[in-house]
Amino acid sequence: MMTPQTEDQVVEAISDASGPLRVRGCGTRGVVSAGADLSTRALSGITLYEPGALTLVVRAGTPLAEVETALADEGQRLAFEPTDHRRLLGTSGTPTIGGVVAANVSGPRRISAGACRDHLLGVRFVDGAGRVVKNGGRVMKNVTGYDLVKLMAGSFGTLGVLTEVSLKVLPKPERVATLSTQRGTVEDAVEALSQGLGSPFDVTGAAAWPEAGGWRMALRVEGFADSVAYRAGRLSDGLGLAPIDDPWADLRDVVALADCAAVVRVSVRPGHAAQVLAAVDAEVVQLDWGGGLIWLGGPDGAALLRAAQAACARLGGHASGVKGDFGEVPRRQPEAPPIAAITQGLRAKFDPRGILNPGAMG
Amino acid sequence: MHMPAPDARVMDRKAELARRLRAVLPEAAVIDDIAETRAYECDGLSAYKCPPLLAVLPGSTQEVSAVLAICHEMGVPVVPRGSGTSLAGGAMPTADSVVLGVSRLTQVLEVDLADRLIRVQAGRTNLSVTAAVEGDGFFYAPDPSSQLACAIAGNVAMNSGGAHCLKYGVTTNNLLGVTVVLMDGTVVELGGGHLDAAGLDLLGVVCGSEGQLGVVTEATLRILAKPEGARPVLIGFDSNAVAGACVSDIIKAGVLPVAIEFMDRPCITACEAFAKAGYPDCEALLIIEVEGAEAEIDHQLALIGEIARRHDPVELREARDADQAARIWLGRKSAFGAMGQINDYMCLDGTIPVSALPHVLDRIGELSARFGLEVANVFHAGDGNMHPLILFDANTPGQLETCEAMGDEILKLCVEVGGCLTGEHGVGMEKRDLMGVQFSPVDLEAQMDVKDIFDPRWLLNPAKVFPLEAAASHRAA
Repeated sequence: MMTPQTEDQVVEAISDASGPLRVRGCGTRGVVSAGADLSTRALSGITLYEPGALTLVVRAGTPLAEVETALADEGQRLAFEPTDHRRLLGTSGTPTIGGVVAANVSGPRRISAGACRDHLLGVRFVDGAGRVVKNGGRVMKNVTGYDLVKLMAGSFGTLGVLTEVSLKVLPKPERVATLSTQRGTVEDAVEALSQGLGSPFDVTGAAAWPEAGGWRMALRVEGFADSVAYRAGRLSDGLGLAPIDDPWADLRDVVALADCAAVVRVSVRPGHAAQVLAAVDAEVVQLDWGGGLIWLGGPDGAALLRAAQAACARLGGHASGVKGDFGEVPRRQPEAPPIAAITQGLRAKFDPRGILNPGAMG
Repeated sequence: MHMPAPDARVMDRKAELARRLRAVLPEAAVIDDIAETRAYECDGLSAYKCPPLLAVLPGSTQEVSAVLAICHEMGVPVVPRGSGTSLAGGAMPTADSVVLGVSRLTQVLEVDLADRLIRVQAGRTNLSVTAAVEGDGFFYAPDPSSQLACAIAGNVAMNSGGAHCLKYGVTTNNLLGVTVVLMDGTVVELGGGHLDAAGLDLLGVVCGSEGQLGVVTEATLRILAKPEGARPVLIGFDSNAVAGACVSDIIKAGVLPVAIEFMDRPCITACEAFAKAGYPDCEALLIIEVEGAEAEIDHQLALIGEIARRHDPVELREARDADQAARIWLGRKSAFGAMGQINDYMCLDGTIPVSALPHVLDRIGELSARFGLEVANVFHAGDGNMHPLILFDANTPGQLETCEAMGDEILKLCVEVGGCLTGEHGVGMEKRDLMGVQFSPVDLEAQMDVKDIFDPRWLLNPAKVFPLEAAASHRAA
């Protein structure tokens, strides 16, 4: 395994490569690709952290835990709440911040705070031609030139190897409350989530899952203690909710599906969640993002993914295979021909030899 | 401002072009009369003017597609135009171009309150998006100061911001999907009602690409529930450095105001003279607004007050009611008008790390002395987006040039301290030739590679964003 310690060494590793490179941090996210391992884990450390400016600049291989500890020491956090995939996927190793960005990993708070890509202020990367490129910066408002920052978030190392990222961070709340009730059907549960999210009470989590007798729905509010008490009260009165223990760490890490042989992830309009569920045969289900993020688990990955992609082709949205064997079914929702052509064109520009994480994006 | 020479082959075929465009558009939607094309000769950056060859006003995505296919085939440059409010020359034509205006595309296509989204045609104005949903208690968050006039198409092209982005983000954070027409006429749907892309985040790249990758004809936007209330507090300090430290301490304390506006003494003085808002006589003024229910507002304002008092403010004035709130905002909101009364001015738009604020204001003071032009500073202090206003007299020969030279120095300073050339106005024509200050040749190559894929012949919104010499080999390819 290649573990470059400087950006120059990343350039060398890519320039010298004679075949495909499997680009990774520590490989906890189950990205499927082939080639010689190139890990950013030795590109580690926080370059700059200004709590008063809500900004963090950090080398790509820095462990996520190290980042979170440094932020917590100043009462701050990554608001997009990145999922730790290790339990779901049965992987081991240390999740890195570069991996979070490369996979655009966002948890339950994505529904209100935005995704990883929304908090990413800047990147440095080495592309497949060995060019060192920077884009964005470390300030929150920046429209100087094209936004390659967004392009890099979620590109799974196929356009370049991230060496450094800048992120917007936010204050940690003083208090968190979770309010919940049971609804009869998934439609009722999603409707309640929508009512919570459509209220002025700053809901920062909106999830639902089936249980004996119906669907359990949960809303989260965060902030200063008095404010949380007020908003929790208003939501509870309006929707008939009661407090429950904090489920968000388990929801974030999709623990409920850890024992499933196959796991499929679907992103649709919340209003289409019920139609997706009706179209698939899943054993275990978890709804997040107000119903817009659907986790499906079952024994037959190919059947599950095929049905989910067919539903998304009809309704809009996309379904990806996250864990398991999907046979002939593509792991990602096929793209419309013009979009696929642009994607291929961009990859050919940034990775002319096609050596970066082949297969990682299907 | 150096512009490429108009393409004679295009200029010579004007009549043929007009005839072909009239075959796919209503008669009135093709404007080729020289007097009438003057209406499109500039945008909000009115120092630069150039009438286009023609202007077209298509009424549907299909018409946009037909126009672009014709222009593509004939090799005619196209300048997309929202409402023409760009302050960076983002919609300035070249003499051989067709201006494609989206002003007829104003319909609301769908409102879904349960899924918290609205789908609109891209010529609809920013404020009228909110108007379509505010009766139901919702709003569209990005609020550029031109929001009464500016179109969503332009907002997407420039990734527009506003005063409230510390809490709500800018356009790209509130954009769920677009219908975009590529230069060859291909219609592409990016995103939609769902979150995040299946593959590469092309929506994120199109947003902020200044109309150079495609023409956005429809947009799906995230709408939010309106907070129960909002109230500002005004705090005066006797130095810029102390005001900056106060902002930093408020953010560190975990308060996330919806807006933090900063004004320096020249700005306060001018606003006071113009609007008589009753601002205190001091070096630096903060207007901080918080949102929520009454009790939440009280709590946050109390925290802010407690922090501010540690910095010995010369005045701390909390709005008790809507009237007092309006008075606090009155001066700030009339800042640009106030400046316009006493002088010509040039408004800059760099962003700096918030921590660099006192240093940057000192250096701007030095530049002001060196160039002999006064500067007033208005600043979105929460996010570091500065708007220094350089005051000059357009009737004094040479002052515009001096002002531009000084503006360049201030923007270079923004980059030097870790910031950027433009926070929300965009590069356009105005900052095109400064791009090399912020980006290396390789950084710019990487961006131009993206342009090559979306618009291989470089016909869309020509001569913007990239320095002409840096882009020469791409344009010729």
